[in-house]
Amino acid sequence: MMNDPNLYDYWPYRNRPRIEWPGGKKLAFWVAPNIEYYEFDPPKNPQRPGWPKPSPDVVGYSQRDWGNRIGHWRLMELMDKYGMRGSISLSTGLIDHHPEIIEACVARDWEFFSHGIYNTRYSYGMNEAQERAVIEDSIRSVQVATGKRIRGYLAPALTHTERTFDLIAEYDFWYTCDLFQDDQPQPIKTKSGQLMSMPYSLEVNDVITYGQLAMTPQRYADVLKRQFDQLLEEGTRSGTVMCIPLHAYLVSQPHRIRAFESALAHIYQNSSDVWITTAAEIANHFRTSYWDQTISDISARGLTRPGTGFNP
Amino acid sequence: MSLPDDYLTYPRRQYGMDQDLYPWRPVQAGKSVALPGDRNLAVALIVPIEHHGLNPSGKPFKHPGAMVTPYPDLRHYTTRDYGNRVGVFRILDALDHAGLKATFPINAMALERLEPLVHAIQSAGHEIAAYGLSTDHIHWGGLDRAVEETWIAETTSLFAAKGLAPTTWMSPARQQSFATPVLLAAGGYKICLDWEMDEVPVEMTTDSGPLTCLPLSNELDDRLLLIDRRQSEEDWLAQILAAIDCLCAQPERFGSRTLGITLTPYVIGQPFRIAALRAILRQLSTDRRVFVENVTRICEAYRLASQSSTS
Repeated sequence: MMNDPNLYDYWPYRNRPRIEWPGGKKLAFWVAPNIEYYEFDPPKNPQRPGWPKPSPDVVGYSQRDWGNRIGHWRLMELMDKYGMRGSISLSTGLIDHHPEIIEACVARDWEFFSHGIYNTRYSYGMNEAQERAVIEDSIRSVQVATGKRIRGYLAPALTHTERTFDLIAEYDFWYTCDLFQDDQPQPIKTKSGQLMSMPYSLEVNDVITYGQLAMTPQRYADVLKRQFDQLLEEGTRSGTVMCIPLHAYLVSQPHRIRAFESALAHIYQNSSDVWITTAAEIANHFRTSYWDQTISDISARGLTRPGTGFNP
Repeated sequence: MSLPDDYLTYPRRQYGMDQDLYPWRPVQAGKSVALPGDRNLAVALIVPIEHHGLNPSGKPFKHPGAMVTPYPDLRHYTTRDYGNRVGVFRILDALDHAGLKATFPINAMALERLEPLVHAIQSAGHEIAAYGLSTDHIHWGGLDRAVEETWIAETTSLFAAKGLAPTTWMSPARQQSFATPVLLAAGGYKICLDWEMDEVPVEMTTDSGPLTCLPLSNELDDRLLLIDRRQSEEDWLAQILAAIDCLCAQPERFGSRTLGITLTPYVIGQPFRIAALRAILRQLSTDRRVFVENVTRICEAYRLASQSSTS
């Protein structure tokens, strides 16, 4: 076990070379609805139970089912109103359970990326063949359902192994949402491929804000507005990324959705310098236009360290 | 079943403290010290620079901010690292904009990795303090004295290797052993940020010389209030402003007070929180009652003021 994962080099925020998003925009903004399936009776991973309470966790399970039956649809219609497309963090097993949701997202030209098969199956303890099987299953399932190749990864329930990043890079994923060290993308040090970290944010993720930080709906809206204002201001120096990671079983609740809408409205009304887009489009722009510039800047500052992730 | 008889003996039951580090002094007793320029309050801004490893021992307890989920907990590793990469530069910009100086305790073992940050702190004229070896080197009552002595010496030499000679110390997790004060004094440290028993700097006497304790408020700690206690940025801001007003209120009775405020990069350096810090710094930089400086200058100002008031 390693104390420093060496997945990326230390790269201080100040005086970085300029990033400009398409059309001279300062902030790349994306919304990440998590469309998840939690199993009724998941097998136990030795390191973590599928549910915090003994299965069946009826309230936890049915609240998430409410998200699939009602919540996603309410959120989709809200995002339609502001012309925002989603980049979906998908439990790919949901494709088999609820194809209507997938079809509705395809019809909106939303992007899909992998969030594992089920959010109740963790990566802890997987051997390489098992982890490859999950990744290949994710790619294949979305390809069959939508005709599109996924390019992004967010490990199920944020559970990883030391080889996760090398594997997804090898399978030609472009971005990982698993790392929260920055408000700008950065190349990840993998043995092969061209993988970048995509700013996703736990700090303004609705699971954290409503749950861990116990925010009221209005406070969460205020936090999102301030997050946006600050990152847009800093984007004048060099383009920043803001993501709102969402879970419909939380944000689409009838007592929360209107306060949340006020945040989307604020962003929409102040979007003249904002690229409202998807994660894959941000990744594509960064890897084609700014990958080399970033590597050179880190090198020029003398901050490049040898080795790759978990492999110093 | 019963307890041993000595459980009901009280060997230090007497007037004053039950330890010999510093004397008892109630707030109204003794001579109060007034800082020059009618400054009723000295404010020390403390920005802890800590590196949280992916595989901490967690002994004797987990440092605040340490990993939470099973290895590899990249979620918490990277959210803490955000502070050292991004958040701290927002704090530096805000300090610079307000024209204020702070003190940055740094884990000695992080000096190498964070070298550009160390230079940015230095070139902005802030004080650098020693913050132990790492978040996984907690000084505590069960730590062997010789080991603790080595840790302090290693900390000092890692700073020296970078051309730095800090004389202010903060312990990881602000935890100490019974020997920490004397070992710090022996190691050349003059000021410690672990103790908060007063509203003025307090001088400890140790067998190796004095050690000044500048109070740092745990009850206003941004991580504690905003994360552990889930308070809002507005509430944090309001409490700090209330503390400033209270501490400035009775200079004729108590002289100049001191308040230490912690600004944790991965907490207050978040984009949605930084406006609250800017509001506090704006208030501090325009309030004529307040003297904001690094801890060494604050302790020096108290020393000079107390000399002139006794002569």
